[in-house]
Amino acid sequence: MSLIDISGNLLFVAFIAYLVATLLFGGSIKQSNATGKNTEKWGKVAIVVTIIGLLAQLGYFITRWIYAGHAPVSNMFEFTTAFGMFIVGAFILIYFIYRVTALGLVALPVALLIIAYASMFPKEVSPLVPSLQSYWLTIHVITAALGQSILAISAVAGLIYLLKVVDLTKASKQRFWLEAVMFFLVVVVGFVAASSIFNMMDYDSTYTYVDKEGKERQIAYQMPPLFGMNEYKAVEEHGMSPLVEMPALINAKKLTTVVWSLLVGSVLYLFIRLIARRRISAIFQPFVKRVNLQLVDEIGYRSVIIGFPVFTLGALIFAMIWAQLAWSRFWGWDPKEVWALITWLFYAAFLHLRLSKGWEGEKSAWLALIGFGIILFNLIAVNLILAGLHSYASA
Amino acid sequence: MENIICACGHSNPYGTKLCEKCGRPLTEEGKQTKVVDMRYDGTAIRSKTYNTTIVDKIWNFFSNVKVGIALIIITLVAASIGTILPQAMYVNAPEPSKAEYYEKVYGVLGKLYNNLGLSNLYSTWWFQILVGMLAISIIVASLDRGLPLHKSLKNQRVKRHESFMKRQRIVAEGQVPNPDETLDKVEQKMTELKYRVRRDGSALLAERGRFARYGPYINHVGLIIFLAGVMLRLVPGFYVDETIWIREGETRAVPGMDGYFIKNNKFILETHGDKPQDEQMNQGVNAMAKNYQTDVTLYKQPDGALPGDIDNLEKLRDYSIRVNHPLKESGFALYQMNYRLNELRQMNFNLVNKATEEDSLGQIEIDLTNPKKEYDLGNGSSVQILIYTPDFDGFKDGEPQTKSSIPNNPAFLFRMTTPETPKGEVSFVEIRKPPLEPLGENKYRMKFAGAEMRNTSNFTIRKDRTIPILFVGGIIFMIGVVIGSYWNHRRLWLQVEPDGRVLMAAHVNKNMFSMKKDLDTVTTFAGLPPYEDQLESENGKKSTKEEEGDNTL
Repeated sequence: MSLIDISGNLLFVAFIAYLVATLLFGGSIKQSNATGKNTEKWGKVAIVVTIIGLLAQLGYFITRWIYAGHAPVSNMFEFTTAFGMFIVGAFILIYFIYRVTALGLVALPVALLIIAYASMFPKEVSPLVPSLQSYWLTIHVITAALGQSILAISAVAGLIYLLKVVDLTKASKQRFWLEAVMFFLVVVVGFVAASSIFNMMDYDSTYTYVDKEGKERQIAYQMPPLFGMNEYKAVEEHGMSPLVEMPALINAKKLTTVVWSLLVGSVLYLFIRLIARRRISAIFQPFVKRVNLQLVDEIGYRSVIIGFPVFTLGALIFAMIWAQLAWSRFWGWDPKEVWALITWLFYAAFLHLRLSKGWEGEKSAWLALIGFGIILFNLIAVNLILAGLHSYASA
Repeated sequence: MENIICACGHSNPYGTKLCEKCGRPLTEEGKQTKVVDMRYDGTAIRSKTYNTTIVDKIWNFFSNVKVGIALIIITLVAASIGTILPQAMYVNAPEPSKAEYYEKVYGVLGKLYNNLGLSNLYSTWWFQILVGMLAISIIVASLDRGLPLHKSLKNQRVKRHESFMKRQRIVAEGQVPNPDETLDKVEQKMTELKYRVRRDGSALLAERGRFARYGPYINHVGLIIFLAGVMLRLVPGFYVDETIWIREGETRAVPGMDGYFIKNNKFILETHGDKPQDEQMNQGVNAMAKNYQTDVTLYKQPDGALPGDIDNLEKLRDYSIRVNHPLKESGFALYQMNYRLNELRQMNFNLVNKATEEDSLGQIEIDLTNPKKEYDLGNGSSVQILIYTPDFDGFKDGEPQTKSSIPNNPAFLFRMTTPETPKGEVSFVEIRKPPLEPLGENKYRMKFAGAEMRNTSNFTIRKDRTIPILFVGGIIFMIGVVIGSYWNHRRLWLQVEPDGRVLMAAHVNKNMFSMKKDLDTVTTFAGLPPYEDQLESENGKKSTKEEEGDNTL
């Protein structure tokens, strides 16, 4: 077995460990109806399994690093996987400060979704383009991801807070948006499901098309094409032809992926609603019924204050130093840079609102969710939609 | 404005919320609330006190945190608008046709985007004003609050009035049997917990991490230094941004760097052995490239040399400029930015008789960047170059036109003179095309006899003397953010009357969780009465028992 196979297996082990730990965290809270001791016992087992998972994933990270010869954070798969790992790491850190088991029940599924999402991208070890050949790749990307992960924990705490306080028996904006967050999580599952199914079927159709600058190009779909590229012509087509042709401005392949994910996600969502006969928020609500709101609010705030300086250092300061070296200017208003700045401004606003306007509790929890939304936007949309200097991360 | 005289006799400046000496609330609002607002420790904040003159109004506008947050949010939204379509500097079209590009590629939306100036959003006047206002807001708000806070923290009294202590979030009241021993024990424990303890009769103040209160002000100073550094680039001499294309074998003066010359010895492009991935090709990124490198020699004119005198250059050093590894020299840096492969350098032609073809009257070698006017082949033959167009683009009014000065498509109008044709024959020769003979059938022609290619490198020459300023700003910002985030200001006030009556209060600017750990430790050790979290009990009353929460969950 070569190093890269070992690496892949370790990642699989980590994934399973996180899955088991999630169930254990769930169990620890369910059990707590009986005695507090039970919670502690189950919680301990759960955190041990989580740590085993993290060690396995660290193993994946290090072996892949050795194999590739550079830190495995250079493409979408590698970066996103590492992001999931750091979220687990940040969760463990916060867990040992506050010992709140309910955090695990949300943090680990979020990490699982992120890692599953990551593994839908090409996993090949690819050599680095010249601009990435620098030790700043390691320093900048890892610090930035670490900062984002700690900030993500505030969204985890925010979600727990909202699950507890939002009244799900009455129609309200809060109830709608909370369920929207849940729906989004199911859509991620939908993306993973759709990608995996079509991947198992070895689906592949190839088309030529004319891009927005009028050049003829070729594109391969890994999902049955719902939308066709501008002036597409089939090179090798399977199953179905595109239903609608899109203008050159829209990448119909990506749109197809998004729509498939939404379709599968919606079906899944409806299925869950039919089986459970209630909202997904309502399924999770009993688990967080007994959490201490003040404490959860403080965890949310604390993770922002711990994460903000790390994020600043990694995503702005180290980024500027590297940009000065590689691109001759420390700042160039590239979309990725702009969105890092937006993230930073948003959390700055978060802190000022909290300190000066007293936005605590529910308001703060919503802000934490929006903040995580911005981080995800920067990870997903900016890499995949807004092309820029950072778009080597798109494959 | 009059000073406020507190019940304790202390005279406080107008606008004070909590007496500087004893801490009694001085406002009606303060007296009504259960937990007093401890921001800025209740000192008189200028913006909350005066609002009459224009200066007051401007000051109050910028010091208002609500305004500050609004400015942050507006900047954030504006910045995001700039990412909807690529900014003009990243658009793959030459400068004059960028507007067309937006319209052609993005349609009406693109035209609108460009016309509204959103394609250069970050250099628009309004975006810069926005950032400027944010900077003013940071300065004003920091002065407005930082100075009074500093004064108040510096002049803290140990003994505080009951009405101050009872309005803290953490309060404990009760009796202890042995007042002096309790005070000693608290002092001992709090000292162990790294608090600074001061005592004044029956009162005690334990304080830790006061410097954390300065964190936000320090990071604001850092930000201002950073922004000032960015603005300094507009001052001439602080910022140089030049670009140069230089061919292999050429030596050229470095623009922006007086007296420096650079020679391009060789450009090297290495690729990974992979085939390109579609996705990356789509994005226009060459995934295969492994290394872009130019081997250069840097020269300097000796002191006192005339400008343009390149005969006596002093060699400074050889260097390989690569991406991520710029050549640095006295504050300047040269970056490998771009390249062109296989540019024509020299073309060779043989002068031949059309009938015989094989017999050459001689070969001419034309240096395409610096062609000679006439080439003498001896034996009475010569070739004149009447017109040379490096990048031939068709005829206009009978004159050959060139698109650029780069020899992409060289064309020549030759006059060939031989002993047989002493008057000369004219021929227009374009690469890979049959020659045109505008003045009638010729006997001789120029036969292509090979070409030499070379590569061209593009460097950016950058000097940015603001970098050290930005660096200092960045470091100060980080220090401020770290001490403001990772430390917190904890205080404990204790009063033990000789009759054993105890009143304790505690305050922390953030992270109540850790403060409570300290309180638990000291309460157990010194046998203090249990404390109450007034915010939590307030919430607790509203909710049912089940929702009260469990810390282990």
